Amino acid sequence: MHVPDGFLDAPTSVLTGVVAAAGVAVALRGARRELDDRTAPMAGLVAAFVFAAQMVNFPVGAGTSGHLLGGALAAVLVGPFTAALCLAVVLLVQGLLFADGGITALGTNVMLFSIVAVGTGWLVFRASQTVLPTRLSLVPVAAAVAALVSVPVTALAFVGLFSVGGQAPVPLGAVVTAMLGWHVLIGVGEALITGVVVSSVIAARPDLVRGARCALSTKQLVVRGGEVTA
Amino acid sequence: MRTRTFIVAGLVAALVLAGVASFYASSHPDGLEYVAEKTGFLDRSYDSSAADGPMAGYAVKGVDSPRLAGGLAGVVGVLVTLGLAGGIAYAVRRRQPDDTGQPASERV
Repeated sequence: MHVPDGFLDAPTSVLTGVVAAAGVAVALRGARRELDDRTAPMAGLVAAFVFAAQMVNFPVGAGTSGHLLGGALAAVLVGPFTAALCLAVVLLVQGLLFADGGITALGTNVMLFSIVAVGTGWLVFRASQTVLPTRLSLVPVAAAVAALVSVPVTALAFVGLFSVGGQAPVPLGAVVTAMLGWHVLIGVGEALITGVVVSSVIAARPDLVRGARCALSTKQLVVRGGEVTA
Repeated sequence: MRTRTFIVAGLVAALVLAGVASFYASSHPDGLEYVAEKTGFLDRSYDSSAADGPMAGYAVKGVDSPRLAGGLAGVVGVLVTLGLAGGIAYAVRRRQPDDTGQPASERV
């Protein structure tokens, strides 16, 4: 979903650039609470993994493909503020080294990935956790739901920007319908990948998964209770 | 699993994805590109100023084999991303209280 240069006019690109810069500043402050000596390497790994996964487009039919956004995945693994930084780094590397996503559109892309996709992913993940029972095995399920929702919401956010500063007189209704339709399908892929990756990490090191902390502390309480009665 | 083992395993997975699996990725336009083409605004896009770079389009210039050119670009991208994001994470992380070396007023 990388926005190239030219889709949006200059004022809109400047505006999204300002929003993105403010978002990164907030994320830098917030990430301090999420990162310590133990979790800092995870942030590097998550960014590298999202970069790698975004190179592997999967087909979604009718000559269209999609790739992982990684917003929900990163938020669940390292927390939303660190995730926003990870996605911003991925976009910076993609834009500068590989010409994937525009340079004047970098702010637009950071806004869409780091703020909209990560933000939606984290909020839906937390909401799912309040609905679902607090169990470690359900963390990947909540993550997958968050991933599924995050993709069409990000697509809609692009359409919103396009309605403000789109550089072509295109009927908006057609863009909304097409963007939503395809990105729900891509969201299914996003959900599958996110669910599998989160459950793999939980299987190996649940303590390194930010979004598993609630479930993990409940589990520890149960174990201690068992020791007391034994 | 030790943390170091875990990080190395994750990194190997990322390198395999970017260095090997990316060759088999779908080359169809992605959702946004496809919609832009169908609804008629794809032609508004133009090459970014990074398009002449030595690894633009995920292919290292001067390497003949597309598999190798793409795989190398992927590996470089993974390592640069790891270094940059890891570096930022280390710079902003919470230090242990006894070795912060900064006044309490600056701690959040």
